[in-house]
Amino acid sequence: MLQEVLQSLPQVLVDGLTLGAVYAVVALGYTMVYGILQLINFAHGEVFMSGAFIGTAFFILIMGMGWAAEIPQFILLIIVLVLTASITGLVGVGLERVAYRPLRNAPRLIPLITAIGISFILQDVVRFIAELFNGNYIVTGPSLFSEQITLKASSISSIFFDARIKTSFLIVLGVAIVLMVALDYFVNKTKWGTAMRAVALDRETASLMSINVNKVISITFFIGSALGGATGVLFAVQYGTIDPYIGFILGLKAFIAAVLGGIGNIRGAMLGGMLLGLMEMFASANLSLLTGGVFGAEYKDVFAFAILILVLIFKPEGLLGKPTAEKV
Amino acid sequence: MKAKLASYFSNKWLQVILFSLFIIVTSAALYFSQKSVVSFLLLLSSLLILHYMSLKNVTKWITALGLLFILIPFASSGGPAFQSYMEVATMVGIYISMALGLNIVVGMAGLLDLGFVAFFAVGAYSYSIFATKQASNFMPFGNFPLGGESFWGFLIIGGIMAAIAGVLIGVPVLRVKGDYLAIVTLGFGEIIRIIFNNADRPINITNGAMGIASVTPPEIFGITLSFPNQFYFVTLFILMFTIFAVLRLEHSKLGRSWKAVRENEIAAQAMGIPLVKTKLLAFALGASFSGIMGVVFAAKQAFIDPTSFTLMESFTILVMVVLGGMGSVPGVILGAAVITILNLQVLTELTNWLNQLSLSGALSIPDALSPAKMQKFIFGALLVVFALYRPKGLIPAKNKIFDVKKLKDHRPDHLNNDTEKDSVPIDKVQV
Repeated sequence: MLQEVLQSLPQVLVDGLTLGAVYAVVALGYTMVYGILQLINFAHGEVFMSGAFIGTAFFILIMGMGWAAEIPQFILLIIVLVLTASITGLVGVGLERVAYRPLRNAPRLIPLITAIGISFILQDVVRFIAELFNGNYIVTGPSLFSEQITLKASSISSIFFDARIKTSFLIVLGVAIVLMVALDYFVNKTKWGTAMRAVALDRETASLMSINVNKVISITFFIGSALGGATGVLFAVQYGTIDPYIGFILGLKAFIAAVLGGIGNIRGAMLGGMLLGLMEMFASANLSLLTGGVFGAEYKDVFAFAILILVLIFKPEGLLGKPTAEKV
Repeated sequence: MKAKLASYFSNKWLQVILFSLFIIVTSAALYFSQKSVVSFLLLLSSLLILHYMSLKNVTKWITALGLLFILIPFASSGGPAFQSYMEVATMVGIYISMALGLNIVVGMAGLLDLGFVAFFAVGAYSYSIFATKQASNFMPFGNFPLGGESFWGFLIIGGIMAAIAGVLIGVPVLRVKGDYLAIVTLGFGEIIRIIFNNADRPINITNGAMGIASVTPPEIFGITLSFPNQFYFVTLFILMFTIFAVLRLEHSKLGRSWKAVRENEIAAQAMGIPLVKTKLLAFALGASFSGIMGVVFAAKQAFIDPTSFTLMESFTILVMVVLGGMGSVPGVILGAAVITILNLQVLTELTNWLNQLSLSGALSIPDALSPAKMQKFIFGALLVVFALYRPKGLIPAKNKIFDVKKLKDHRPDHLNNDTEKDSVPIDKVQV
């Protein structure tokens, strides 16, 4: 049994890292907003989904133009990423303005309910637009970076099987890492990043130090949503087919990743995302093998939620977070 | 002029006359028309008007019971659409009961539960497994399917099973608060659905995604209940029980503890409210109402599969509670009725109407925009608009106002003797 697990390990690692990278970048959006407002932005998964649709629309649009075939695929991807990220970033800012800012002093249950409402509205608007232009809300984008590469893991040691990867895997992983490093630099080294951390620590004191709190919150939403949208594009490139309902469950898992790493902690979200992606892929590949066929790969979502519950019970502050005491 | 009009309308007898006229007109319209959704809805809305009339509570209840048990079934029996009206009314009853259950958890105890449909599923499956041959796959004894009389017992068993599930979910999430609680309960809801969806291996308990078909219909005094108009009365009896129980609970010691926990957990604990017990009871009681209706739902549909218990259902029930007013029993009843009727009647009627319009070429609406598909959008918009502009819902919750003087007079003697000099005067205390 161990041998079979080891044989599939290279493939599991490759798939897990791809999924983990997606989780990690989406988790960043959750964790940044939570750090600053102590609010779960339920609609973040929908922003990610909108990003996937906007990106696919751009791909179809640009590749439909004749001269565009001359552009190298990589430059095309970067153009689409930037365009999509700025649009979804603006969506995020608008969302904060409409649904969260008026409720900043309301009981905590209320913003959560608007967040659920917003996520329904986004799902249905995207479904409507996709269905109007495409006839069907399940959209398949153009295939990009689809060359297969075989990772010769068997040459390292004969107990491994070879892993097969798409070029897009490298793109997804590469772009995700670039985004995460850039964000880390932004938050820790720039002036706006400092302001952001100050607001997260104590909103009122920060406003006394002449920090424009509303602006900082808007910027946080812009960056979080832009990252989410960009990840949506990467998701569409990697997996090809998208529908308006991918965002919800993926958003939940990204949230689980953020909790696993310690919510409010940016490096924690990256770590949590990667770990969750790897664990989930490992579970879906080996669960039925390990339990003798009792539990199959269908239980991989149960697995993710079980991780969440275990983390919340035994280490609610997450892997990298600091415990906080509740004040009256 | 305006004031004069208002004084006329607050006259009790004028109200009664107008109300009776309204009922007579709508029920006659319903009885004699072939199929008139509008008059059916108007007749139902007479219950809402009744709520606002200045009559004694007892009179209101008796009138409402008369309307529900006699007039509505009779008036809708005129046309061929009788069973479809009763079907809608039954579904309204089922959803009201569930929304009242969720109202205990969300509205009164302030614990946002996003996986509430799981308890409904537990109730539905607990009846349908034993009322079909499914149970013989894992039960070492007994003869399955059980007869239709067992339905009445299963109403209680389903409630208890759901309450147990509620406690099982409640125990691990007690340490979690607010937002986390929402996510964890959502996760539990999904877990239960996935388990029901896959529990056909290694032992076939739930028949997996295929669902359980031909559930034995309930039986009473030798009569087999299989038509919606029969289920209407079953639902109505259970609903009356639920409303009675919820109203009694709201003003009991437990209900006041729930509200205290909702307002401030730490302060409530300091006042001696046992946090664990109070929260678990909220979960268990809320879940049990849902479980009972799950049994009715399974018997009524005679077929259940995991797709009836998705996240969307949980959110629908939440929309009902938010729309009606969190914590307010009449509000939640109204919210549940509005949403269910919107879902089952208004949206489908609108879709049919628009289809006819586009068939006749009067106007063309793209298929993607058909109202039946816009359900999510409408729910989302309702949630946002109500949370922003009317967070207390359609009928806001009222706290019972205590008459201070009466309380003072009814205090036991040994308290009255020494309170004169050193205690806080009770009429200065904000109630």
